[in-house]
Amino acid sequence: MSTLPAVGEVVAERTVAISRDSLVRYAGASGDFNPIHYRDDVAAAVGLPGVLAHGMLTMGVAVQPVVDWAGGADHIVDYQVRFTRPVVVHPEEGATLEITAKVGAVDADAGTVRVDLTVRFDGGTVLGKAQVVVRPAA
Amino acid sequence: MAVNPELAGRTYPPTEPYLVGRETVREFARAVLAADPRSLDPEAARAAGFADVVAPPTFAVVVQEHTLAQLLADEDAGIDFARVVHGDQRFSFSRPIVAGDELTARLTVTSVRTLGGNAMVTAESDIRDAGGEHVVTATSTLVVRA
Repeated sequence: MSTLPAVGEVVAERTVAISRDSLVRYAGASGDFNPIHYRDDVAAAVGLPGVLAHGMLTMGVAVQPVVDWAGGADHIVDYQVRFTRPVVVHPEEGATLEITAKVGAVDADAGTVRVDLTVRFDGGTVLGKAQVVVRPAA
Repeated sequence: MAVNPELAGRTYPPTEPYLVGRETVREFARAVLAADPRSLDPEAARAAGFADVVAPPTFAVVVQEHTLAQLLADEDAGIDFARVVHGDQRFSFSRPIVAGDELTARLTVTSVRTLGGNAMVTAESDIRDAGGEHVVTATSTLVVRA
């Protein structure tokens, strides 16, 4: 990318399907074995509407369209999110995340771009203040 | 059990060195549905100037987790894990994590606030390589429900 994008430009859009298999795979890869992410009975016992995706799985998946746009994981210099709503993963239907990545700010002196993420699930957003600071390839 | 209001400012001892493995990075990359060749293919990573595969940005949580375990195990901190909800998360990088890195993390509690009966504990984990250089700071806010 030779020139920085303009504020407001949508740089990536992606729809991602998460299944119970995804949760088990993420548990193993991350070491987060909290049973609310794979056992319906435990989720119900603590008053949850169902088995939830790990917040960190949602965070990790949501940044991937930006990683691809930026040219690699090494171009991400800062990434933050607020977890505002849980993602309930149905045993058969799973969950579908709709990710939109839009330029929120450009710092020409630093050569960085702030990309704001919107992640929608079941009619609402699940992350707040989801911001990725990217230093695109020269 | 209530969160210790004197917790802010407390620093825990550095964690044991964590050696970042190539296959661990690749497994993590597949788990977050990454397509980035630099995370999946050592040749692509080397072509981009890295010694081995580059971890996806959120991989830093695997190292940070060891510091959060210290905080949750500290009885004097008074954090009941069963009541903890992850409020927010941030990673600020000096450089990406690369397979072969030996990383050490040190957690400091930066603030404890009360909001509507819940306690909000913010903790910053400073993650450094074997040479002592800063790699990434991972910051979490844990909401401890009343």
